[in-house]
Amino acid sequence: MSEKFEPVILGFLCNWCAYAGADLAGVSRLQYPPNLRVIRVNCSGMVHPNLVVHALSKGIDGVLVMG
Amino acid sequence: MDKCIACGLCAQKCPKKVDDDYNAGMSQRKAIYLKYSQTVPLKYAIDGEHCLYTAKGKCRACEKFCPTGAINFTDTGAVVTVNVGAVILAPGYQAFDPSGIAPYGYGRIPDVVTGLEYERLLSASGPNQGHLLRPSDHKEPKRIAWVQCVGSRCTHTGANGYCSTVCCMYAVKQAVVTAEHTHGDGLNQTIFFMDLRSHNKEFERYVESARSNGVRFIRSRPHTILPGKNNIGVRLAYVTEDGGRTEEDFDMAVLSVGLEAPPDALELAHKFGIDLDRYNFARTSSFTPVTTNRDGIYVCGAFQSPKAIPRSVTEASAAATEAAKALLPARGTLAREKTYPPERKTTGEELRLGVFVCSCGINIAGVVDVEAVADYARTLPHVVCVENNLFTCSTDTQVLIAARIEEFNLNRIVVAACTPRTHEPLFQDTLREAGLNAYLLEMANIRNQNAWVHQKDPAFATLKAKDQVRMAVAKVCRDYPLASMSVPVVQKALVIGGGVAGMTAALDLADQGYPTVLVEKSDKLGGAAWHLNTTWKCEDVRAWLGRLISRVDNHPSIQVLKNARLKSVSGSVGNFASDLEVGGNPMNVAYGIAVLATGGAEYQPEEYRFGQDPRVMTHHQFDAELRERAAMVQQAGSAVFIQCVGSREPGRMYCSRVCCTHSVMSAMRLKELNPDMRVFVLYRDMRTYGQREDLYTRARELGVIFIRFDLENKPEVYQEGAALRIKVMDPILGRPLRLEADYLVLASAIVPHDQQELTELFKCGVNPDGFLNEAHPKLRPVDLTVDGLFAAGLCHHPKPLDEAVSQAKAAVSRAGVILAKAAMQLDAIKSEVTAACDGCALCLDVCPYRAIKLEEYGDNGHARRRIVTDKALCKGCGLCEATCPKEGVTVHGFTHDQLKAQVDAVLEALG
Repeated sequence: MSEKFEPVILGFLCNWCAYAGADLAGVSRLQYPPNLRVIRVNCSGMVHPNLVVHALSKGIDGVLVMG
Repeated sequence: MDKCIACGLCAQKCPKKVDDDYNAGMSQRKAIYLKYSQTVPLKYAIDGEHCLYTAKGKCRACEKFCPTGAINFTDTGAVVTVNVGAVILAPGYQAFDPSGIAPYGYGRIPDVVTGLEYERLLSASGPNQGHLLRPSDHKEPKRIAWVQCVGSRCTHTGANGYCSTVCCMYAVKQAVVTAEHTHGDGLNQTIFFMDLRSHNKEFERYVESARSNGVRFIRSRPHTILPGKNNIGVRLAYVTEDGGRTEEDFDMAVLSVGLEAPPDALELAHKFGIDLDRYNFARTSSFTPVTTNRDGIYVCGAFQSPKAIPRSVTEASAAATEAAKALLPARGTLAREKTYPPERKTTGEELRLGVFVCSCGINIAGVVDVEAVADYARTLPHVVCVENNLFTCSTDTQVLIAARIEEFNLNRIVVAACTPRTHEPLFQDTLREAGLNAYLLEMANIRNQNAWVHQKDPAFATLKAKDQVRMAVAKVCRDYPLASMSVPVVQKALVIGGGVAGMTAALDLADQGYPTVLVEKSDKLGGAAWHLNTTWKCEDVRAWLGRLISRVDNHPSIQVLKNARLKSVSGSVGNFASDLEVGGNPMNVAYGIAVLATGGAEYQPEEYRFGQDPRVMTHHQFDAELRERAAMVQQAGSAVFIQCVGSREPGRMYCSRVCCTHSVMSAMRLKELNPDMRVFVLYRDMRTYGQREDLYTRARELGVIFIRFDLENKPEVYQEGAALRIKVMDPILGRPLRLEADYLVLASAIVPHDQQELTELFKCGVNPDGFLNEAHPKLRPVDLTVDGLFAAGLCHHPKPLDEAVSQAKAAVSRAGVILAKAAMQLDAIKSEVTAACDGCALCLDVCPYRAIKLEEYGDNGHARRRIVTDKALCKGCGLCEATCPKEGVTVHGFTHDQLKAQVDAVLEALG
């Protein structure tokens, strides 16, 4: 694992749609790479731009805001 | 029973092993046992028949080892008398026993199992912990055959003539799950079927996806199952559709056994004085589908007819409505409020975290190294207690969590398990029971968003689970107690749509004392049911409809608004308000809940010369012919029905459910009018589910000819001289047939009305076919995705009248949960102003719920401005929080600090 570059992606997922979708992906056993770290939010609209900038400036490889 | 802590020591020490009924005898349990690991209440029980002490008077090992003194050998059964005003019978079904079908070898060939046994073989709590192993040699089977209609759709002695309704889909599901569970080359899942009955919502798409993922479907009923070499594996002998005799080897065979009335059906019927049908299912009418012939006795589920979970749950709610109506004068008299111990003050305490890591049987532990995750959690700051549980959601674990909270004086809890969307309320309740505020809890979703989606990568999944736990720990450290508030409820209902479903819902709401406004867009009540002559049970629809309309029109608590349209919707569950336009005049209405029953329509075909030849008509048109011009219809020499017109095709990939039965009913009516008439039904799969199968059988006895066709090879309709002809390929003869029709009846699809305007107003969703989406197909089948909204009738999915009625009654039951109380508890996740707010008002513009206002206040003599949130309107979406440039407003549970802590916890993964 350590030799190959594995990006760490931060995801802000809306509790009512994208997060539910991610749960459904689980129920449906859809397989995807384990690089995403999910923060559940009550709405994708609550993600302050400062949080995204903060994560990127500290070296995160990507940010997904899904809702 | 109160003393049992379900530690399991008794079962561990018990010397007597017994075949485990729950796992269909495929594994063993002890004589003291749990029926299954999620049983409620979670208490061990002694099987008196097998216990060495109760049977032979010696042993008592369990009593010796029980740490709480919970074993009581003198406990005996007791007769308890309860006085009730209504009874709901829901005894379920029994599975058909295939032992009597000798050619299938069940009981003789170890690798022939029933569908229910196979379900256990696949299950994580099954005999092999979810690893699929066949019974004979405990090897993983690669080639598996499912044989449908075992004990169903069969008139031989011992079998049942009806269709068991659920077996097609359980077989397809098992085949799909099997494909997920098995690995390697040479995999094969084959389903042998007669008609594939995937008629419920989203089922058609599911079958198509199974097909495209390699599940093989063979239209044949195998006549014999032979043992493989050394009685390992099986050989299936069957005849293909073209008449060819074939034998094929499989590693095992699954018999899709049907559902039968419960074994005590006759006794129940006798005891309660209710009528059964010829198959011992409870007899009900289409118009009162959960009401027996005896007042106050209601039925639901498979005891009424074989059915799957969504309809069983719907009927359960419908039966609850009937019982609630019967018990109206006594409503609320025995209600008790759930009380919790006083909340412990945790402010000022040092952080003390408990982390509970769930194995979820093998659902999580099969992929994620849960022990490593637990060990990792122990290294995190403030964590003082870590446990790994087989099922963290089980009753005994709730007791354990509460005990740990007390023992370690925990004040923050992390549960690493499944999704908070389903299980957060359960654990919040556990915290409250233990005296902690419910919001001092975080969940790490290591099942749905980890173990289930990274099955092939256990090492990385474990790493991710650790990250998830670290994120949850970081957040929970910043959680603080929240309090919820309550708001008054408008105890009135709005029903949209004046068809059967809408009127039924309005009547049941009004009968329970809730003033109801019924909105109908046309100038007439009744909807699509006006087009129907009879139900499948031969009941006269139009006469009943007339009585229903008259009851609605004359009900003092129902206000009927015709030519009415909804113009706006504001508010939320418990407190909605709408502007309406009624016959061109504006009016407004306030209501606590709404039932959407906007109905559906018959698809107007563009195929088969519809609209070009007057002899080609839809079912609605043909019903009118039968009603008004039966004497003319009687003269016809031939009639042809074409099924699936506009259904089960790309663009409309669903079954319209009622059309097979409708065609069979009409075909039988024609044979009744004129036994010499040649009547043909051209079909893809006959879907006369449940006891409707009897009609299909009867139609064939009357001489109706059924010819199957494929989607790729549809019938051709053309004119030859004056004659209307249909060319269809007969798959059994293997050659095309030419039929002549005096009437060509197109069994055309049911399509939903355009609901875009309404769904936009209510912000609820529709599926790809335009039918309203329920909140959950099994758990909440009549709730919409927006709180306080419910669906009934054709707008949800095509369904026959009896199902529309039970769905409407179910919607009323669900609505009653909200309407019965004058006040409703609100969620605590709301936005609130912070000290940093300077009243710039940027957030006012973005708030979609208009929940934020400006207020002025005095601060040491200075007039200042700040925002204030209306808690009843606020949904906690946090657009304000993301907009504010100075953290002047925040959403409880999702504060900037809490979100940032999680981001920082993720950043730690970068090393």
